Amino acid sequence: MIEVKNVYKSFGKELVLTDISVAFDQGKTNLIIGRSGSGKTVLLKAIVGLHGIDTGAIYFDGRDFIKMTEIQKQDLRKEMGMLFQGSALFDSLTVQENIIFPLEMYTNMSYEEKLERVNSCLKMVELEKVNHLYPAELSGGMKKRVGIARAIVQFPQYLFCDEPNSGLDPMTALVIDNLISKITHDMNITTIINTHDMNSVMEIGEKVVFIHEGFKCWEGTRNGVLSSDDKHLNDFVFASNLAKKIKNLK
Amino acid sequence: MGTLTAFGKYVILIFRVFSKPEKTKIYLKQTIREIENLGVNSIGIVIIISIFIGAVITLQTRYNLESSWIPLYLIGLTARDTILLEFSSTMVGLILAGKVGSNIASEIGHMRITEQIDALEMMGVNSASYLILPKIIAAMVFNPFLTIISMLVGIFGGWLAAIITGAVTSADYIYGIQYWFEPFYITYALVKTVVYAFIITSVSAYYGYFVKGGALEVGRASTKGVVYSCILILMFDVILTQLMLA
Ligand SMILES: Nc1ncnc2c1ncn2[C@@H]1O[C@H](COP(=O)(O)OP(=O)(O)OP(=O)(O)O)[C@@H](O)[C@H]1O
Ligand SMILES: [Mg+2]
Repeated sequence: MIEVKNVYKSFGKELVLTDISVAFDQGKTNLIIGRSGSGKTVLLKAIVGLHGIDTGAIYFDGRDFIKMTEIQKQDLRKEMGMLFQGSALFDSLTVQENIIFPLEMYTNMSYEEKLERVNSCLKMVELEKVNHLYPAELSGGMKKRVGIARAIVQFPQYLFCDEPNSGLDPMTALVIDNLISKITHDMNITTIINTHDMNSVMEIGEKVVFIHEGFKCWEGTRNGVLSSDDKHLNDFVFASNLAKKIKNLK
Repeated sequence: MGTLTAFGKYVILIFRVFSKPEKTKIYLKQTIREIENLGVNSIGIVIIISIFIGAVITLQTRYNLESSWIPLYLIGLTARDTILLEFSSTMVGLILAGKVGSNIASEIGHMRITEQIDALEMMGVNSASYLILPKIIAAMVFNPFLTIISMLVGIFGGWLAAIITGAVTSADYIYGIQYWFEPFYITYALVKTVVYAFIITSVSAYYGYFVKGGALEVGRASTKGVVYSCILILMFDVILTQLMLA
């Protein structure tokens, strides 16, 4: 479980996160939703320490992250996996070298063991025969999947995904959503996903947190999303004409 | 004030770069890769430039000594000392700042804006050390070889120009380059080279590492890295000369 308590974050004079408090549960897919620019990426990066915060506290299963030294943070990060909004694959390395990288850094596995682990991760994200391609030779969706494979190669306790399916077609998006959800349940880890895709919310949103202009406006489950009376959430959920029509039918 | 903040940031970065490496074997592998990338790949340009500058120095010296009573073998001596003292260390340093410095700043800057550096940090890797230390070590180890290559090739270029144009006889030139040879000049040049190698790699890495924004900013960072490396090289040229030769 990851607990965020009264977190404020500003860039210069601009306050981007205001008094965010929320708990993300283990073994569940926790979704952070909100409009573009609402502060989702900043919140995710603040949780993992890539952005420093102004005030507040963050606990990873009770461990106070903010009070840790740089070395302790580095150690804790070895328990985390992260998929970035732009995949962030190392473009001088092949797919296989990308995924093997954390293993070379931190394990003493033999080359065969590492290779086996890499291939099993690639299989999990339904990719095959791409081991020796470079990131530039992959499509956007394939990059995301390699990014996920790299994030889970070390059996993380915490998985963070920033917009795992932005820029993908609805079917591929669904495949990736279900993949992350399956990994979360199989490995019983704490997963946080940033998204503004309502399909994802309805598909895998076991816990949903809605951020609006840096404030946490609402939290609940995917079922609650549709029946909530929070104005900003309603505007977000029923933004499209189709959604409005469906709502009126009900 | 801005300069002071930048210097502070630079010092903090250098401390992170030199903190204990996670896995020595991987760092060693990276260093060998960088020696090839930054060092071996620069041999060509160093040879070409050195041969021409060696030739030009010889011809210019000959021109300046036209119809004077000074013996012609001093042309060899002048070419040798100019190359050993200044050209093969400082000029080659400036050229490498342009080639290697822009390469480092744009590579690291690109990794910053595409979140690859964040990805390293998320794996628990000290990204500053992992990305920058191998480059600094590689340049400090290999650039002295480049300087020595430049010295040999430069003096050879002078000889070639001398005999092709007939400016000096081969015998005079060779007598000149052996005349009153001061081995300490080589030590002095190599010390300068090692300091320059540190300046080029660390300064351009600094500008790449702290890029914010997009491709445009990466381009700017790479220009800045080269310009500031060059200025610092020239400053340290003066300082080290005063310390070692005065
Ligand atoms: N490094 C930064 N420096 C200054 N301001 C920033 C920085 N990163 C983000 N911001 C600001 O913080 C706000 C929230 O940005 P953030 O990237 O978290 O949005 P987001 O919810 O992830 O949007 P999207 O869905 O488009 O990815 C924006 O107003 C942005 O301008
Ligand atoms: Mg975002």
